[in-house]
Amino acid sequence: MATAHSRIAARFMISPAVLLLLGWMIVPLSMTIYFSFLSYNLLMPGMEEFIGFTNYRFFLTDPAFFAALGNTLLLVGGVLVITIVGGTALALLLDQPFWGQGIVRILVIAPFFVMPTVSALVWKNMFMNPVNGLFAHLAKGLGLEPFDFLAHAPLASIILIVAWQWLPFATLILLTALQSLDQEQLEASEMDGANFGNRFIYIVLPHMARAITVVILIQTIFLLSVFAEILVTTNGGPGYASTNITYLVYAQSLLQFDVGGGSAGGIVAVILANIVAVFLMRMIGRNLEA
Amino acid sequence: MARRVSNRRKTLVTIVAWAVGIAIFFPILWTILTSFKTEAEAIASPPTFVLFDWTMENYSEVNSRSNYFLHFMNSVIISVGSTLLGLAIAIPAAWSMAFVPGKRTKDVLMWMLSTKMLPPVGVLIPIYLLFRDTGLLDTRLGLVIVLTLINLPIIVWMLFTYFKEIPGEILEAARMDGAGLWEEVVYVLTPMAVPGIASTLLLNIILAWNEAFWTLNLTAAKAAPLTAFIASYSSPEGLFYAKLSAASTLAIAPILVLGWFSQKQLVRGLTFGAVK
Repeated sequence: MATAHSRIAARFMISPAVLLLLGWMIVPLSMTIYFSFLSYNLLMPGMEEFIGFTNYRFFLTDPAFFAALGNTLLLVGGVLVITIVGGTALALLLDQPFWGQGIVRILVIAPFFVMPTVSALVWKNMFMNPVNGLFAHLAKGLGLEPFDFLAHAPLASIILIVAWQWLPFATLILLTALQSLDQEQLEASEMDGANFGNRFIYIVLPHMARAITVVILIQTIFLLSVFAEILVTTNGGPGYASTNITYLVYAQSLLQFDVGGGSAGGIVAVILANIVAVFLMRMIGRNLEA
Repeated sequence: MARRVSNRRKTLVTIVAWAVGIAIFFPILWTILTSFKTEAEAIASPPTFVLFDWTMENYSEVNSRSNYFLHFMNSVIISVGSTLLGLAIAIPAAWSMAFVPGKRTKDVLMWMLSTKMLPPVGVLIPIYLLFRDTGLLDTRLGLVIVLTLINLPIIVWMLFTYFKEIPGEILEAARMDGAGLWEEVVYVLTPMAVPGIASTLLLNIILAWNEAFWTLNLTAAKAAPLTAFIASYSSPEGLFYAKLSAASTLAIAPILVLGWFSQKQLVRGLTFGAVK
């Protein structure tokens, strides 16, 4: 039984973690909010003044914002579709008995452990480069014109790179969920004459629904903040063709030194992420009670 | 009873699974192979796969082009440092939440999780300015602080889900046998908690090693870990594929090894216990 004494001790043990996280959230976030109402450029120190919602008006009516918002949605959506569909297929495949299961599992999971800058640069140079990349060699071998991926389809190329990094995550979680499926239920349905399609739609998919939701929500949180892959491949270009919101805020604040405008963009990003976060938190919270 | 599977079917699945596995792994394999080629060989058309003159030259080259060892050590210090600091803060917190839960324990946990949902770009500018003004820009200490804070919610959550599985009855039984608080902690709880703490440590080192938003934005030459150092290869300089490959191989090898050990924990840690 917990005594009053142990309760006080418990509160004392939690407090460092709580205070640190509270400070980490409140101090910088309120500074960002404050900056977002200022005209504040790092190149003109001492000229800060309060300008109300002007930064937000400029940020939200800037064509770059719409381009970045569209790119963010395409990037998140594209990667989600590839990883969920691919991950489900891979999980079904890896769940079958075959020789060398352990090794194949390791091969499939490996990309998740590659740091973002490495995977982006390897794909950019050694695969997508229009002169020396492996895809160019392949195209030439087939008598085709090599395609300059990052110049002509920058966003699609980045989607491919990021999807490669996240496919293992989706696969691993969906496989874990699949392995907890009741085999007897499957066998019973098989005896009742259900074919593969029916078994998948009526038994496997409902069982995996929860894991799929978790994968979608967690990946969305991370994918909204994709940054390194864009920085080292396209720098957000050509034009704004591969700029997402995260990169736009970075460019505005640390490349153009517009702290006020960048801060307004940062707050917009926080609001967008919160919309997703609310759903994710509900899912996890429900699990905590069970 | 396990389902019987015909050998023909198993052979077919084996072939498909291996083909898919190798295809997914191929970019990593290609990077490793290229790291042993000469620069000319690395861009040869048609490309060579295994039949080339293997050379170790790139690995020594990588270190002479820049101080590779410095960046490697930065990665080690930053990822291990932030993980140990995070564990020191999180273990007491997770411990008390798991064993002395209060009315608000669940709210505290959920709130901690919500801090992880804050997009980093929302606090980039203040952190950058605070670091500039306090001299923490481009220092290992600065990055250890930031990475500790961003990973603290994951550490607390992972530990919490592990600690919760330690049955409270065991403690009562130990107490009945006359164990004092000290014996309880040292002989009963600690041995049961060690596997959970070790898994948390492993996963968090991996996450910190690969973190690439704060490391790119808050470091320059001095404190740059490997994530930021590799990014310097984004502006091409003559022939550099083999050198890029060697630097990349060295940067990902330790984490690939650690990662293979932590497959199971990965699921639990990154889904906050929602999928086990």
